[in-house]
Amino acid sequence: MALLQISEPGQSTAPHQHRRAIGIDLGTTHSLVATVRNSIATVLPDEHGRVLLPSVVRYGPDGVRAVGAEAAARQAEDPRNTLVSVKRFMGRGLADVVRTHQGDLPYDFVDGPGMVQIRTAAGTKSPVEVSAEILRVLRQRAEASLGGEISGAVITVPAYFDDAQRQATKDAAQLAGLEVLRLLNEPTAAAIAYGLDNAAEGVYAIYDLGGGTFDISILRLTKGVFEVLATGGDSALGGDDFDRRIACWAIEAGQLPPLGARDLRALQVEAREVKEALSSRDAARFHVKLQNGDPVDLTLDTATLESLGANLVAKTLKPCRQALRDAGVDVAEIKGVVLVGGSTRMPMVRKAVAEFFGQTPLTNLDPDQVVALGAARQAHLLAGNRSGDDWLLLDVIPLSLGIETMGGLVEKIIPRNATLPIARAQEFTTFKDGQTAMRVHVLQGERERVDDCRSLAHFELRGIPPMAAGAARIKVTFEVDADGLLAVTAREQSTGVTAQVAVKPSYGLSDDDIARMLRDSFDHARDDLDARALAETQVDADRLLDAVRAALAADGEALLSDTEREAIEARLVALAEARAGNDRSAIRQATDALSTATDDFAARRMDASIRSALAGRSIESI
Amino acid sequence: MSDAVAPALASAGPGSDPFALLGLPRGMTVDPHALDDAYRGLQAQVHPDRFADRSEAERRVAMQWAAAANEAYRILKKPLPRARYLIESAGIGLGEQDNTAMPADFLMQQMEWREQVAEARTHRDDKGLRHIEHEIRAVEGRLWPEIEQRIAAADWLAAADTWRRLRFLEKLHDDIEDVRAALID
Repeated sequence: MALLQISEPGQSTAPHQHRRAIGIDLGTTHSLVATVRNSIATVLPDEHGRVLLPSVVRYGPDGVRAVGAEAAARQAEDPRNTLVSVKRFMGRGLADVVRTHQGDLPYDFVDGPGMVQIRTAAGTKSPVEVSAEILRVLRQRAEASLGGEISGAVITVPAYFDDAQRQATKDAAQLAGLEVLRLLNEPTAAAIAYGLDNAAEGVYAIYDLGGGTFDISILRLTKGVFEVLATGGDSALGGDDFDRRIACWAIEAGQLPPLGARDLRALQVEAREVKEALSSRDAARFHVKLQNGDPVDLTLDTATLESLGANLVAKTLKPCRQALRDAGVDVAEIKGVVLVGGSTRMPMVRKAVAEFFGQTPLTNLDPDQVVALGAARQAHLLAGNRSGDDWLLLDVIPLSLGIETMGGLVEKIIPRNATLPIARAQEFTTFKDGQTAMRVHVLQGERERVDDCRSLAHFELRGIPPMAAGAARIKVTFEVDADGLLAVTAREQSTGVTAQVAVKPSYGLSDDDIARMLRDSFDHARDDLDARALAETQVDADRLLDAVRAALAADGEALLSDTEREAIEARLVALAEARAGNDRSAIRQATDALSTATDDFAARRMDASIRSALAGRSIESI
Repeated sequence: MSDAVAPALASAGPGSDPFALLGLPRGMTVDPHALDDAYRGLQAQVHPDRFADRSEAERRVAMQWAAAANEAYRILKKPLPRARYLIESAGIGLGEQDNTAMPADFLMQQMEWREQVAEARTHRDDKGLRHIEHEIRAVEGRLWPEIEQRIAAADWLAAADTWRRLRFLEKLHDDIEDVRAALID
């Protein structure tokens, strides 16, 4: 909506009003929610005092959903309908999932448009829907705990997530009824929590090994600025992989026969427990009872675990070297290494990190909570709760963006580790005489060949006037916002033909599905919902009316032509008339019309306000 | 400081030149601390996170300013892109298609270094790599004062020639780093 709350840049619009914002760490293994209360970031427990919500969703045949510990407890019994580690499938096609997991997952996968889906007893579910179930539980937990609605949320994602994975996460949050203030990279969130608590200054490395993803970020912390210099990682490497190695070891060591889905899941659950036990002991018993009644009874010692996991740990060090190189930082310049993610509790990981960085990593914070706590602080800031010690966050894009050129090669347009937001344009031309259309294929990744990069979108630019080969000038502009999400526009320079693409895949969810899911997410009876919806629409309309009137009075003369002003005033009158009645859709339509009509005006006011603030700054600094 | 800074800034915006946007004097010499301060100060004013509660249209404007600040910082932070900007804004193209032939002796030297890099790779010879790096730095040590002087004298074609040599050498440094990374992995 346009024209709300114009004030000086950098200042809160309503300094005395505290807004409830939350930070959510949507993890592979478990998720949690935190908020800032009385200036202190705290994680919010459920009614049983549990902070970690297992990222597990079970779909029962009766349509009953269970999320969290309750679902996790049933996973060995009903592996096909109990979905774990679904984060690994976000924004991924069937081929990707099969390639990275080599058929060791018990799910009934369906290749959905843009993303794999899973057939369950309650119907086909996309990873976005499953993630939304988890987010919804956390939203409800926060609402119960904070006593009211949530104004917005910061959701964390692995720094190494690509555009498709980020977009999927944002969609899941919206599906869960959350207003997304920002997608925040997990290591960056950890750096905020650590940096603010310890008043840290200097160059820090954040080593984040979670359940399913690995990130390394190099940041420079200076007073009030968190600047990511480089990031790297592997979005399919985490604690799960250690569990799988242990389960394979058990199959081999116990000379087990070919196992069904339930047995395999039971082995993996036990593998995780044994792995965790070995963080504080030298040996642990691996005990599982198979479906056929046979027991598996083995002992795993730390030396064996280290040999099983050695090359997984080694796989994390290559991105560390690359990130240091991209950051232009020598390992000796690293002032501290912060460990994040439950998998960094493994002594073998700590040892490898200590050796690589030549120093003992910092472990004075809870690796499970630090991301959510940092996200909560960023959410608090973004929601407009300024406290005088504001900070600025400058993050980077993890993977290069480019487009397909002749011969199946990728021309890079935005290099990895460029600071966000970023806008880059590049000109391309036609290669045949009289060519009138051009297909643009957008890709993300570091490799040179199209087949080795992730395909993000295809779009066509039509209506190029027929010209000799090489005469047309097509300017393709890439814009990546602070969330790391991409928008692409293409424009033929001589004719002005444009094409715009939101790089947003569809997950096979119809609009009706989404509407239904959003409805489900409200814990209110239908009638209640209608009444509330009308009231909300009226409040929105009033706010917009007030804001537009104020804006016209302040800047209407200076920034609008007479025609522009008349167009806005006509819609203002129309909205005021609609507002007098009780027709919700009429009010909504008139609100949208006024909002659209004032977009340009809002943008001009913003621009003018930034310009005057900058001019003021330079005068002050003289 | 003179009064000239304020009007320059007031008329600066996304799309304006990086020196004006960051309020720094135009030229090859940039004080790194002044640059960092100017960049952070600008982002503190325009970054979209400052406007998270605003409308889509307003946040878009903030995003354009922040993207311009990032681009300006990228151009001014390192001397090679800084020189490129100055040369190109004088109307001299430095793109691949504008590449003029390099003198034969320079190209010979390039080929020699590349062969040495390949050899060091085969023999896993880090000492050899360091030796080549040392030689490259010696050449760069001559070229940097040369390009600064040519840019200061507005001798753009000559500056473009030096720029292309420096760019070759930078690529060589990258190749050496690639080899080094490959040797470790």
